[in-house]
Amino acid sequence: MSVDDPTPASTQPVRTARTAVGPSRTMRASLRLLRSELGLIIGRRRNQVGIVVLASVPILIAVALRVSSGGRGDGGGLLALANNGIFVALTALGVEIALFLPLAVAVLAGDALAGEANQGTLRYLLTVPVERTRLLVVKYAALVIGTGIGVLVVAGTGVIVGGVLLGLGPTTLLSGDTIGVGDALARLALAGAYLTAGLAALAAIGLFISTLTEQPIAATIATTVVATAMWITDAIPQLDWLHPWLLVNRWSAFADAFREPVFWDTMRVGLLVDLGYIVVFTALAWARFSNKDITS
Amino acid sequence: MTEATSTADLGTDATSAAVAVATTGLTKQFGTQAAVDGIDLHVPHGAVYGFLGPNGSGKTTTIRMLLGLVHASAGRVEVLGSPIPDGASVVLPRVGSLVEGPAFHPYLSGRANLVRLDAADRFADPATSSSRIDAALDRVGLMAAARKRYRAYSLGMRQRLAIAAALLMPRDLLILDEPTNGLDPQGTREVRSLIGALAGDGATILVSSHLLSEVEQVCSHLGVMREGRLVAQGTIDEVRAGAKPLVHVTTASPHEAAVVLHELGLEEVALTMSGVRAAPGEVEPERIVAALVAAGVGVRGFVVEAPSLEDLFVALTGEGFDVSG
Repeated sequence: MSVDDPTPASTQPVRTARTAVGPSRTMRASLRLLRSELGLIIGRRRNQVGIVVLASVPILIAVALRVSSGGRGDGGGLLALANNGIFVALTALGVEIALFLPLAVAVLAGDALAGEANQGTLRYLLTVPVERTRLLVVKYAALVIGTGIGVLVVAGTGVIVGGVLLGLGPTTLLSGDTIGVGDALARLALAGAYLTAGLAALAAIGLFISTLTEQPIAATIATTVVATAMWITDAIPQLDWLHPWLLVNRWSAFADAFREPVFWDTMRVGLLVDLGYIVVFTALAWARFSNKDITS
Repeated sequence: MTEATSTADLGTDATSAAVAVATTGLTKQFGTQAAVDGIDLHVPHGAVYGFLGPNGSGKTTTIRMLLGLVHASAGRVEVLGSPIPDGASVVLPRVGSLVEGPAFHPYLSGRANLVRLDAADRFADPATSSSRIDAALDRVGLMAAARKRYRAYSLGMRQRLAIAAALLMPRDLLILDEPTNGLDPQGTREVRSLIGALAGDGATILVSSHLLSEVEQVCSHLGVMREGRLVAQGTIDEVRAGAKPLVHVTTASPHEAAVVLHELGLEEVALTMSGVRAAPGEVEPERIVAALVAAGVGVRGFVVEAPSLEDLFVALTGEGFDVSG
C-alpha cells in the first residue's frame, strides 16, 4: 500500500462538482447503474441457464411439429394458424406464460433486493450512496427489461427455429384471413409486449416481496406461489366474481393480436389491471423499503 | 496526540463543522432491548477516532445509524454538518465506509465489483472510473488479484477489497468497522499505515475494533462502548488520565516489599509473578525506592507505568479477566 497517493488538493475539484449535480446528470448516472444492473443479471450463470430453458420450449415445439407433420402443413394446434415460425413462437408464449416466464420473473425479483440483502451488498450500495428510491426505480426497470428479454427469447427462438424447421410464410388466422410475414411479426411483437406488461405487474409484486425478506429463495417462491395461486383461482368457476381482478385472468388475451381485426377490448382492460398492480405494488415496495432498517 | 482544536482548520469545505460526527442521545431499540442507549458521540474533525468495545456492545449498530442504514429510535445524528438520514444523499458521497465486514458479488472479480460500486455512485465520473479503481486497488495491495473472482479471495483479500471500495472517491470521513478483521499481522500493519496516511491527507477517520491494540497506535481519540453505552470518550490522554499509574517492584522478597508499600500508604498493593505492584497515589517514586532499600528489601527492578490502555479498556468494558478485582 502506498502512503502518498491522492493529495487533498486533488480532491478539491471533485468536492465542488458534487454540489453541482443536475437532474440530467442524475439521469445519466441512473442509466449507468441500470447498465450495471443488467450486466449483473445477464452475467449470472444461473440466469443464462434460465434463458436456455426458456428457449428450449419453442425448440421442442418446432421439432415436435416437424416430426409429427413430416414437414410443412396444417398443424391443427391451438390456433388455426399455419405451421410456421410465428405459430411456434405464439404457442411457446402460450405454454411458458403459465409457469416458466412467471418463474423467471420471480427469480429475478428474488435477486433484486433480497439477494443483495442476503449477500450484504445492499448496505454498500446504500452507503455509496444510492438513494433508496433511485435504487428501487433502477431495480424495477432492470426487472422489467429482464422480463422483456425473457419474452423476446421465447418469441425470437420460436420465429427463428420454427422458421428454419417449418418455414416462415403467410399466416392464416382464426378468421380465415391470411397475413404476410411482416404483419405477423408486428402482431407477434404486440402479443409479446402485452405479455411483458402482465409480467411487469408480477415483477412489481415480486419486488415488493423482495423488500420483505433477506432470503432470495423465499422471495422467488412467494412470487411464484402468488402467480400460481392466481392461475388456480382463475380456474375455479365458483370464484368467478374474483376473476376480473386477477392479474393472470387476461394474460391469454395476447392471442387476440392475431384476430382480424386485432381485438383490443380484453387486452385494454388487461393492461389497466396490470397498471393497477404495478402502481399498488411499487408503492408498497417503496413504502416498505424507504423506511426499512438494513441490518444485513 | 492531535487535539480537536488544532486540526479543525484541516476542514477543506465551507460546510464542514469542527465536528465530523456528532450524536446526541442516540438510541436504537430492537424490541425491548436497547442495542444503543443514549450515546453522545463526538468525533472532532481531523481525528482518528478509535471506537472500541467488545463484540455486541453496539458499535456496528451505531455505525449503521451514522450511515443511515438503520433509523434511530431516538436522538440525533450529524455527520459532516448534515443530519442523518435526511442529509444522507448529500453527505454520504464524502464518506467512505466499511460496515460489518466485506460483502461483494462472489462470481464477479474484485475489479468488476468495484466497477459495479463506482457505477452506483452518481457523483463518480465514468471517464475516470478505471484509473480511480486501479489507484484504490493499488493502495490496498490488491492489484495482482484484481481479476480473480471474489469467491476465490481469502478473508484478508476480501477485507482489502472492501477498504479499496471505501477509497474509490476522495473522502472527508472514513468509517471503518473492524478494518483489520481477518488480516495477517503484515496486513494489519499495512491498514494501520494506510489509516495514518489517510489521516495525513486530512480525512477524519472513525475506526471500530474490539481489539484496542490494533488501533491505539494510530488513534488520537477513543470512545469506548459497553452494553450500548459510551463509557469513555476523549483524546487518548484524556481517557488515559482516568487511570491511575502503577509501580512494579521486582524483588525476591515480595511479602516484605508489600508490607513496606502498605506502610507508605500505597493502595491496591498486590503480589505479581515477579514481585509487587501498587498504586503510588501522591507518593513520589524515589521515596518508595528509598523506603524499600531502607527496609532491606532487595530491589531488582522498579518501574512506574501508566496502566496500558488495554488494562483500562478491560476495566471499562468489564470483559475478560479483571485481575485486580
